[in-house]
Amino acid sequence: MFRTALRNVLAHKARLLMTVLAVMLGVAFVSGTLVFTATIQNAFQKSSEEGFSHVDVAIQPNKNKGESISGPTNNLSQRTLDKANQLSGVESAIGVADGFAGLADKNGDLVGDGFSTQGANYYAGQDGTDERYPLQKGRAPQQSSEVALDSETAERTGYKIGDTVPVSVQGPVQKQKVVGIFTTDDGAVSAGGSLLLFDNKTAQQLFAQPGQYSEIQLTAASGTSQKELKKAVTGILPPDSEAITGQQLADDQSEMIKQQTSGMQTAMLAFAGIALFVGVFIIANTFTMLVAQRTKELALMRAVGASRRQVTRSVLFEAGAVGISASVLGFGAGLGIALGLESAMGSMGGMPEGPMIISASTIVTTLLVGVLVTVLAAWLPARRAARIPPVAAMGSVHAPATTRSLVVRNIIGAILAGAGGALVLYATTAEDGEAAMGLGAAVLLIGVFVLTPLLSRPLIAAAAPALKLFKVSGKLARQNAVRNPRRTAATASALMIGLTLITGLTVVATGVQNAIDKMASDALKADYQVSMANFQPMSPKIQETLKSLDEVESVTPWRMSPAMVDGESEQLAGVNPSTVQDLISVEFTEGGWNGLGGGNAVVVDEKTADKRGWQVGSEISVTYQDGKRGQLTVSGLYEGNQLVQGIQMDAEVLATHMAKVTDMQVYVKTDGGPSDSVKAALEKSLGDNPSILVEDKQDISESISQVINILLNILYGLLAMAVIVAVLGVINTLAMSVFERGQEIGMLRAIGLDRRGVKRMVRLESLVISLFGGVMGIALGVFFGWAAGELIASAGLDTYSLVLPWDRLAIFLVLAAVVGMLAALWPARRAAKLNMLAAIKTE
Amino acid sequence: MTTPMQAGAYAATPAPGVAAARAMDLSKVYGQGETKVVALDQVSVEFRQAQFTAIMGPSGSGKSTLMHCMAGLDTISSGSARIGDTELTSLKDKKLTQLRRDRIGFIFQAFNLLPTLTGLENITLPMDIAGRKPDPQWMDRVIETVGLSGRLKHRPNQLSGGQQQRVAVARALASKPEIIFGDEPTGNLDSRSGAEVLGFLRNSVRELGQTVVMVTHDPVAASYSDRVIFLADGRIVDDMANPTADSVLDRMKAFDGKARTT
Repeated sequence: MFRTALRNVLAHKARLLMTVLAVMLGVAFVSGTLVFTATIQNAFQKSSEEGFSHVDVAIQPNKNKGESISGPTNNLSQRTLDKANQLSGVESAIGVADGFAGLADKNGDLVGDGFSTQGANYYAGQDGTDERYPLQKGRAPQQSSEVALDSETAERTGYKIGDTVPVSVQGPVQKQKVVGIFTTDDGAVSAGGSLLLFDNKTAQQLFAQPGQYSEIQLTAASGTSQKELKKAVTGILPPDSEAITGQQLADDQSEMIKQQTSGMQTAMLAFAGIALFVGVFIIANTFTMLVAQRTKELALMRAVGASRRQVTRSVLFEAGAVGISASVLGFGAGLGIALGLESAMGSMGGMPEGPMIISASTIVTTLLVGVLVTVLAAWLPARRAARIPPVAAMGSVHAPATTRSLVVRNIIGAILAGAGGALVLYATTAEDGEAAMGLGAAVLLIGVFVLTPLLSRPLIAAAAPALKLFKVSGKLARQNAVRNPRRTAATASALMIGLTLITGLTVVATGVQNAIDKMASDALKADYQVSMANFQPMSPKIQETLKSLDEVESVTPWRMSPAMVDGESEQLAGVNPSTVQDLISVEFTEGGWNGLGGGNAVVVDEKTADKRGWQVGSEISVTYQDGKRGQLTVSGLYEGNQLVQGIQMDAEVLATHMAKVTDMQVYVKTDGGPSDSVKAALEKSLGDNPSILVEDKQDISESISQVINILLNILYGLLAMAVIVAVLGVINTLAMSVFERGQEIGMLRAIGLDRRGVKRMVRLESLVISLFGGVMGIALGVFFGWAAGELIASAGLDTYSLVLPWDRLAIFLVLAAVVGMLAALWPARRAAKLNMLAAIKTE
Repeated sequence: MTTPMQAGAYAATPAPGVAAARAMDLSKVYGQGETKVVALDQVSVEFRQAQFTAIMGPSGSGKSTLMHCMAGLDTISSGSARIGDTELTSLKDKKLTQLRRDRIGFIFQAFNLLPTLTGLENITLPMDIAGRKPDPQWMDRVIETVGLSGRLKHRPNQLSGGQQQRVAVARALASKPEIIFGDEPTGNLDSRSGAEVLGFLRNSVRELGQTVVMVTHDPVAASYSDRVIFLADGRIVDDMANPTADSVLDRMKAFDGKARTT
């Protein structure tokens, strides 16, 4: 039995080619993801361990209190450092002061992405050097105008010792002289970031407080373990700080990396799953056709004594053999994908080096997935094969295309689609409808799969007028497309899945972008928004500088400070009460911005006020960041939105309670409105600082759309795999159809249809099937997009409304047509080349 | 031509009229070297207009190959094949396809009809392919002749085997081709349905002036024709006019006997 199955696989190599490719692609996606994530996890883990090799114990301000707002930012004093140095078992103690430091390259652009551009202190030990940062060239920075660069950044930017480089930490650009170039095994640097070293005093000023450190790192004397050292350190810990072993730090970091990569892994596996799911349709189609073509053969096996179970098993065994070979090939291709991803990430400078990690579990998972998917997809065709009666072996007629009734199938489909659709509709009106919507969408999608054979007739009939243009070829193509509704449906469904997801995502993304655009233009009256590229707070000097410009009419800071308000932690936002009404537009239901002048007055958005039970006139108690207590009076209520919400007060009052006064944003209105020259003037006044963004509404909208577009493109890329598998499915179906209809095509050729006509017939059939899948996918996608949008709107994005991206929808339809044309290339050629005589000669 | 028997047969065929199709020294060779098989060996034959000709011969005699070559379905190794005045050997695939479509009708043993088309659509298929409108009067007459008036809307799987072949005959007649080639058109039919189909073919020759050439191995089928050509080993070995089932059978027995003795 197994031998016959194996022979069958070998005999039908060509016909199984597309199936193997489809499974292979899905499996390659899975194995590529698993290998890639294992590899980068390993590489990052190694690099973070190296990064902490100089640290046995670190003393850090307590982070566990996290949300705590009492007291100034925790820093560690020189006294703690000195005490740590005296401890027995300590080899050396280093004070660390570090934070964001932007460096501009020779074009004036920020080096790195703004999050991994760090600055720190060069802490000279007893021998005058910092063992963490061995100098490659030059010397260590000694005064505030000097800086040292890590060697990789120096190489990338081309800066040399003696160059003057623009550096920005919180405020205006400073020109710093490069005096040294050093090497480091800091993980962030090896992953593509930059590191600037300042002299100790300057770094303390920039990143902590004068004379203080943000962290103290200890190395143990030989013979002292990390644990022992940690115990010893506990005695000298200042309040609100903790001691952590180097091992723990490395573990924490690698755990964090693991979490980040596992999120990526889950997402990529989800897309691999989609590709495999699409593959299921192709596998099922192939085996259905193979079984139909081999009806006589299988009947003969039954006639000579094979049991039903043996027939089923032989078909499943065939599927298994196909699955195994496809999985092995796919695993190999997956290694290629992993290598490609790794080098892509490496070339972007975001990846420490490390060996490729191929674990046994990856191999097993990958092979198992491929084989199981194939065998499960072949299950129904295998059952059908077993039901072939032995007498079919005697029939002289070619296997008839049994048109089994679709009634039961249609009823089930209608129930599923109806229930799923109703659930989705219900979810759009319900609160927290995500789960219901997800379930409804899945049920609806399955319902539509089941219904596609029914839908194929009217939808394809709708194409008849267009097909009439192609005379006989068009007519035959249409009839061939609806001839085997199940097969057409399965083929079109495979394409439908991909297009549904692509369309749905696009519809939602367009709506969200539109909503944010609208919100920005509704809420902002300001011409420009000034902020740091990495959303770090910036120095109040910036708003002072801007205010003094001739072009500028009015300015308000957007100053954030955490506080405890009536026992709960809130962010207080400080604005300039006299100018804010020119810059930020919100609807006040009671009171207004001018009520803020009085010092202790606040305005609150209605949602927050409702939640907290505040009204105009309410007295609320507050504990500021500096620990002082006070009373605030609610003087107005406004309708908040995604950009402007929360408790607003006078920025000057808030400043008196902030440990270090910083602004999140500065809003600027200019005399003449936004223009290139005004923008240039603003930027110039800030020293053309690469890390400060000066954006008008257009820029804000563009930067949002850029983010959305990048995200969409990544998703398109991942979904492309599903579409490619669907293309294989269309090729598969057409090739099988051409094979099955060989005699018909031969007869058509004999009575006068030329090669072009035959080709056109196959191409049009392909086009009709693909467009059928495309239209259904786009329609479903728009529906899901609309439903998801309703959820988004009710979740708080008030300005959201459905915006149909007609241009993109048109592109998707064209894409479906292109899929059809491409898929038909090979089958159409085959059909046209068919040997007429072999085709019409009877068996 | 090469045997006395053939010469005698020719004399017995009074054949007025023009040739609808003609083969001159037609050879068809399959394969090369060791595996070379000569299917047709310099065959020369004429099929006259308004005549019903049957081609007979044992399996492997080349009778189907002769028909395929003369109908432009297969290529020729050497010699010439003409439909009317048109030399087939000089035609490229496209012209050849057009010629089959416009000037030749076909009836095969099976798979004559497209299952997705109705009876009527199948009948007009060659004209649809050509983009021509069928002549309605002629269509009515053809349909009436084959007796399909009530079944035109049916699809092939709703028709019996005999009815399917009648549709095929109607299709072949519908475009008024110069010549109709049939390849065992009754091979899959029971004797009654077969007799019907053969009757239609003979009537189309008698009444409509159609030219028909049919390959068959059935002496009864051959007896409906005006002339029988016998092939053996790729050559024409006999040519009989006004055959009856018995005379054909006798002649075939003679061949068999001869084949055994040689």
